Amino acid sequence: MRRGFSWRALARGAAGVAAVLAIWEGFARSGMFSTAMTPPVESIASIMWQMIADGSLPLNALATLIRVFIGLAICFVIAVPLGVLMARSWVAERIFLPVLSVLLPIPSLAWVPLFILWFGIGDFVTILVVVYAAFFPLVYSVWTGVRAVNPIWLRSAIVMGADETTLFRKVIWPAALPYIITGLRLSFGRAWIGVIGGELLASPKFGLGEIIFNAKEFLDAGVMLATLVGIGAIGIVFERFVFQMLENATVRRWGMVAGAQS
Amino acid sequence: MRRVIGIALPLMTFTVIAAAWQLLATYGGFPPKLVPGLGTIAETFLRLASNGVLAAAAVATLYRLGVGFLLAAVIGVLVGIAMGRRQWVEDTLLPIVTFLYPIPGLAYAPLFVLWFGLGDIPTMLLVGVSSCFTVIINTWKGVKAVKPIWLRSAEVMGAGNRDMFRRVVLPAALPYILVGLRLGLAQAWRILIAVEMLMSVQRGLGWMIFGAQTFLNTDVMLSTIALIGMIGILLERQVFARIERVTVVRWGMVAA
Repeated sequence: MRRGFSWRALARGAAGVAAVLAIWEGFARSGMFSTAMTPPVESIASIMWQMIADGSLPLNALATLIRVFIGLAICFVIAVPLGVLMARSWVAERIFLPVLSVLLPIPSLAWVPLFILWFGIGDFVTILVVVYAAFFPLVYSVWTGVRAVNPIWLRSAIVMGADETTLFRKVIWPAALPYIITGLRLSFGRAWIGVIGGELLASPKFGLGEIIFNAKEFLDAGVMLATLVGIGAIGIVFERFVFQMLENATVRRWGMVAGAQS
Repeated sequence: MRRVIGIALPLMTFTVIAAAWQLLATYGGFPPKLVPGLGTIAETFLRLASNGVLAAAAVATLYRLGVGFLLAAVIGVLVGIAMGRRQWVEDTLLPIVTFLYPIPGLAYAPLFVLWFGLGDIPTMLLVGVSSCFTVIINTWKGVKAVKPIWLRSAEVMGAGNRDMFRRVVLPAALPYILVGLRLGLAQAWRILIAVEMLMSVQRGLGWMIFGAQTFLNTDVMLSTIALIGMIGILLERQVFARIERVTVVRWGMVAA
């Protein structure tokens, strides 16, 4: 997909962004709505700068990200062994797969009111939502990845005298890793949606969702838009850089996926 | 033997889970309002199903889903095709789409309430906006992935712009577009349930869960969640599997 860098594409992209900002600016200044509801660009920028300077945006972003990472870590610890087990053992697959298929189509946020009744509002419920949201893409990816390991590799490794541990560490794990990283990527996307929803509904102390929700009470569209920009920026950073780096450092280096041409 | 075990094992799992739940409800010492027994849940489900409450909520939710998703599908496919076919559209829109794509739709919800108020229309608008980016990106990738040799052959054989689009580009990109629509629908569905909790709409499945929380009606919540799961499965399995079967699978573009 990636083409060479082109000044023309950059200029057009900049023109597109400028056009959106200009339309917004015209709309905001037209006086159709009060500036509290549609603040002009420079006031969004100055609010954003203020929120960065007084540390509220970074700190709340950190709180949100910590929830995402705790959730993803719990998810990883449960989903990876479960996925491997399901792929390696037919009995385990028959036991767990039906349960997963029943839970999979239920959106994580549908559980929030129930979780709030059971566990109260706050961090616990928000992290639980993240775990629920992130769990299914990961477990299905691990399951698929381990099943997709070339059987010849397994047989050759066994013939060459690999025991269960070596087989897993040297063959199954590296072979399944592209799938697992894809799963993590999907999981992060789901977790990111889940955490914002959880913060809106389960009202923990800090967090980006919490800022947006509070800003609504004060009709403060500037704060909401500034936070949205922050949410988008963090999303891109993770999608583009963090997972790309993870991929480069592992599967691409081992030559498991075609890196150079893609 | 293997087949018998294959059926017995899932049954066993569900029995164990059901038994554990029943034990927790009966002997766990939790208030029955919060952890109702299986009998109560089943009874509530049947009651709500037979007196039409669940059906009315489901219809309201599905109507919102339909309108919102239609919006996303139309905008998404049109923008995606324009981006795939014209380089300058791609260059102009790609940064904006890339930036907006990872923002969870739900994060816009309070802003939409501020701008458009509560109720149906903002809900549908939000569902449409938040699920259209998935459709845009997949459609764009699909149009980009059309084999250049097909385009050149069609050109050589004298296909005009219209024929080229209708006979070559659209069918070739369709598998991707359908994947985008399928993912978009799933996303719209998940977002909608949550948005209904925030937008205080008139009726709806998400609203029902949220409303039941106020009265500690755990049995109502669980019944609604069960229905949400069933509708989710139907949307995923029936709607798109069928569309795929009559188009791309029949044309031999993807394996069934």
